Amino acid sequence: MDCHCTRRSFMKGGALALLGLGAIPRFLVRAAYAQGGATRPKILVAVFQRGAVDGLSMVVPHGDPSYYGARGSIAIARPGGSQGSLDLDGFFGLHPSMAALKPIWDDRHLALVHACGSPDATRSHFDAQDYMESGTPGVKTTPDGWLARGLQAAPAPGPSPFRAVAMGSQMPRTLRGEVGAIAMGSAGDFDVKQGMAGMGGGVNARVGFESLYEQGVKDILHGTGRETFEAVKMLKAAKLERFQPENGAQYPRGKFGDNLKQITQLIKADVGLQVAFADMGGWDTHAAQGNERGQLASRLTEFSDGLAALYRDLGDRMADVVVLTMSEFGRTVRENGNRGTDHGHATAMLVLGGPVKGGRAYGRWPGLAPEQLYEGRDLAVTTDFRHLFAEVAVRHLGIPASAPIFPGFSTNPAKYPGALV
Amino acid sequence: MRARVGSLSLLAVAILAASACSSAPRSRQTAVPALQAAPEPAPAVRVALPATSLTEEQRIVHALNRLGYGPRPGDVERVRQMGLAKWMERQLEPSRIPDEPVQVALQAFPTLTRTVPELVLAYPEPDPKLLAKVQSGEMTQQEMRQMAPPERRPFRIPAELQAAKLTRAVMSERQLEEVMTDFWFNHFNVDARKGAVKWMVADYERTAIRPHALGKFRDLLLATGRHPAMLFYLDNWMSTRADLVAPAGPNKGRRMGLNENYAREIMELHTLGVDGGYTQQDVIEVARAFTGWTIERPREQGTFLFRPAAHDQGAKTVLGHALPAYGGEQDGIHVIDILSRHPATARFIATKLVRRLVSDEPPPALVARAARTFQDTDGDIRKVVATIVTSPEFFSADAYGAKIKKPIELVASAVRAVGGEIMPPGEPGSQQVGGGLALALQVAKLGEPLYQQQPPTGYPDVAEAWVNTGALLNRLNFALALAQNRIPGVAVDIGRAVGTADREKPSRVLDALLVSLLQGQARPETRTVLAAQLDNPEIIRATPDDRRVAAPGRPATNTPAANTDVDKLAALVLGSPEFQRR
Repeated sequence: MDCHCTRRSFMKGGALALLGLGAIPRFLVRAAYAQGGATRPKILVAVFQRGAVDGLSMVVPHGDPSYYGARGSIAIARPGGSQGSLDLDGFFGLHPSMAALKPIWDDRHLALVHACGSPDATRSHFDAQDYMESGTPGVKTTPDGWLARGLQAAPAPGPSPFRAVAMGSQMPRTLRGEVGAIAMGSAGDFDVKQGMAGMGGGVNARVGFESLYEQGVKDILHGTGRETFEAVKMLKAAKLERFQPENGAQYPRGKFGDNLKQITQLIKADVGLQVAFADMGGWDTHAAQGNERGQLASRLTEFSDGLAALYRDLGDRMADVVVLTMSEFGRTVRENGNRGTDHGHATAMLVLGGPVKGGRAYGRWPGLAPEQLYEGRDLAVTTDFRHLFAEVAVRHLGIPASAPIFPGFSTNPAKYPGALV
Repeated sequence: MRARVGSLSLLAVAILAASACSSAPRSRQTAVPALQAAPEPAPAVRVALPATSLTEEQRIVHALNRLGYGPRPGDVERVRQMGLAKWMERQLEPSRIPDEPVQVALQAFPTLTRTVPELVLAYPEPDPKLLAKVQSGEMTQQEMRQMAPPERRPFRIPAELQAAKLTRAVMSERQLEEVMTDFWFNHFNVDARKGAVKWMVADYERTAIRPHALGKFRDLLLATGRHPAMLFYLDNWMSTRADLVAPAGPNKGRRMGLNENYAREIMELHTLGVDGGYTQQDVIEVARAFTGWTIERPREQGTFLFRPAAHDQGAKTVLGHALPAYGGEQDGIHVIDILSRHPATARFIATKLVRRLVSDEPPPALVARAARTFQDTDGDIRKVVATIVTSPEFFSADAYGAKIKKPIELVASAVRAVGGEIMPPGEPGSQQVGGGLALALQVAKLGEPLYQQQPPTGYPDVAEAWVNTGALLNRLNFALALAQNRIPGVAVDIGRAVGTADREKPSRVLDALLVSLLQGQARPETRTVLAAQLDNPEIIRATPDDRRVAAPGRPATNTPAANTDVDKLAALVLGSPEFQRR
C-alpha cells in the first residue's frame, strides 16, 4: 500500500488551492488559513493526575518547620538518609520514588510550581476536575475545555487531523470543543476493524465505507468522513511501530506508560501533533497512603518513571516539547485517622521540557503553620492554575495572550510563574 | 426457548397474543389493538395530520425515527395498518400501550425498582482500606472481589440502569416515552459519578423523570428539584442560610452558607434559559428560598429532608414576586410555581423540544406555536409535543432525515433495524449484565456514556457535538460489530433482513438490505457505491466452503449456503451516511 494521501501530497498542490474544491476535510481548511511554517511544531503533553495527588508527599517541603509535626506516619523523611526525600533546593525535595526525575531537575529541564491550584473552594473531585479542565472555576456550564479553546486561537502547524490527541476512549473535557481533537484508546485501534483476524478483510470494509463518504455532498457527515479516512491512512503511513524507545528509555508497565510511549511515537512520526493528553488515576489516598514506601510511593514511581522515559526517549526533540502535570486539588496537611489524607486545596504541578527554566521551584510558599492554612486545614493556593496554564499556552504554543482561553479571568505575562523561556 | 416473534406475520402475532402470550414470556409481543374486542376510550390527544409533500411511507418512517428509536422489521407496515394518526395518539398516551415483554426483561435488573435507602444498604462502597491493600499488593484482586463482590458495589446500580435504558430503547412499544425520558433526563441532568448520586440515579429516573415525561412541566420541575439526586448533584443539599454555624456533624462549628449552584441552574438550564431575564439578585433570592431542602444522611439514608434550622426565614423577592417571611419549605415550591409558569420558560422548553424532535435550527413559527400551547395548557407536555409532531414543519421535506443520530439513537436504531435481540444477564450474581450493557458500552464508545455527563447541560442535541473523526470511525466499527454478530449478549441474524432474496445474486441481496435497513430511502449515489462494492471479492464468495475457511471459529449463522457476505454488506448500509440520520 502506498501513501498518496499523507499530508505531503496535500501540501504539494498548495493548501489554498484546495479551497476551490467542494466539501474538503475541515482540518485542511483550517490549515489553509493558518500561517503554516516549516519549523517543527511546539508540542504540549498535558498529564492529569485524577483523584487529587498529595502535593506534600510528591514534592516534600522538608524545610517547612510545621511539615513533620502535621504529618506523623506518612511524612517523607528529610534528605540525607537512604529513605529520605531527594533534595532539590534546600527547602523542597522530591519523593524518593521519583528518583528518575532528579537528573532532569539537575539538567534544569524540570521545574515545579508549588501551592498551585484553583481559587474555587470545592472539595469535590468531580467539580474540581470539571473546573480545571474547562478552565472556569465555579462555572459549570462552560461547554468546552481550556486547551480546545486555546488551540482554536493558536496558529496551526500544518494540516493534520492529529493536531490534538487524547489517549483513552473518552474525549477529556480539556480537549472538548470545536478544535476536532481525536480520542483513541490506542493507535492500533484507530482503523476500521473488520473482525476477521488474519484475512486482511478490514481493507475492503474500509474501502467500502470510504467510497460511501466520498460522494460530493457538502455536509458535516461527508466532510468528517473524508477527514476520518485521511486520518486512518495517515496513521498507517506513519508506521508508528517504527519508533521504538531510544536512548535506553524504559516505559513503566501499565496504561500510563503505554500512553506516553504512543504519544512519543506520534511526536517522532511528525503527524502534526500539537497537544497530547494523558491521565493517570489512583491518587485518592484516604487510607494507608504510605510514606517512602506504600500505595502512594508505587503510584509516584510509575508516574515519574513514565515522564522520565518520555524525556529520555525524545532526546533532542524535547527542545520543542513541554510536559505539564496537573491535579484537581491537593490533600489535607494533617494525616487523618486512617493513615491517609483527605481532600484539600493546593497541590504541586510539574513542568518539564527543553523550553523550561528548570531546576527551580516557582510560586510563593504560603507555609504550613496552622494560621497559614486555607480554612485552617489545607495548603493555601498562591498560584492560580490558570496563570501557569496560560504561560504554557502563550509562551510555548504561541497562542495569543489575548485569546479567551480563560473567560472572565484576567491573566498576563506579569502574572505568569515564569517557568518557561 | 425464546420465540422470535418479530419476524412472524401480523396474523401469527395476533393469534399468539390472543392465546395468552404468557407461554412465551420473553417473546416480542406486538400490540394489535385493531383486533382487540373492547372499544378503546377516546385518546387524550386527537391527532390530525397536516398536508405534506412526503409520501405515506416517508411520513411513517419519519414518525418512527423521531417519536422513537427507528423502525424494526415490519414496523412500517404495522403503523400503516393502524393508521399513522392513531399510532401517534397511542404513543402520546404510553400507559395504554401494553409492554409486557420489556417489563419481563427488566426483571433481570433488581436495582431498578429499589428505594435509595435500600440501595445504600445493599450496595455499600468498598472499605477504602481494602482498596489501599490492593494498591500496595497486600491483597490480590481476587481476594478483594471476594470481600467486596463487584455485583454488590454501588456502580452496579448505574450499570443496570444503562442496560435497562438500551433494553427499553430497543424493545419497548412505548417508544415516545423512552425518547421523552431521555430528553428530560438530559434536560434535568445528573451525573452518577458524583458522590452519592450513584445510589440515587435509578430512583431519580423512575420516580422524578419517567412518570412526568409527558405530564405537567410543573410536576416534573418539582419532582426533580426535591429528588436527592438533584439536591446532591447541584449541591443544594449543603446550602444553608448565610449565618448558620453547623451545630453538629463533621462540619461542627464551621460557618455554612448559601450555595447558588441549583438556584442558578434551575433558571438558566431548567426553566427560563440563559437569556430569560433573571438577575444575580434573583439567583441569590432563589438560593435563599431553597435553603433547607436537603438530604437525610446522603450515604446512609439518602432521602429528601426539609431542615428548618438551615432555612433562611426572611422575606424574598423572586422575579418581582414577593415571598413573605417564614415561608419555610413552601418557599421552594413557590419558586417552582413562578418559574414553571413564566413565559420565558414556555419559549425555552418549546425551543428545546423542537430542536430534539424537528431540526437543529428550530423554525421560529413552530417554536412560537408550541410555546403558546405550553402557556394555554399550564405546561402540559403531552399537548406541546402533539403540537410539534403534528405540525407542517415536522412533516416537511426539510425536516425529513435532517437530524444526525446521537450515539444512543444510532445504536438502538441499528439493533432495531436488524431485528436484534438483547439477551438477559447470564448467571445470577455474575457481573454480566447482558446485551443491554454491552450496547451501552458501545454508546459510551461513541461519546455518550449514559448517566455520566459531567456538565448540568446534559448531552447536546445538535449534529456538531456528535460528528468528529474518532466518533465516526467508532460508528463504522459498531456497524461492523453488530452486523457480524460480535456484540456479546446481542443476537443478530442478518439473514432475516435479506428475507427470500436470492443469495447468488448480490444485487438482489443489496436491494433487500436497502429496503429492510433504510426503508428504500437510500440516495441513488449510495446505491451506486454499494453496488460497486459487490465486485469486491470479500463480498462475493464462490462457495459456502470458502466462507468457512475465511471465518475460522465464527458461530454458525442461519444463512445456509450463502454466496454473498451479507453481514459485511449490511455493515456498509448501517455505516452509510443515510443511517447516521433520522
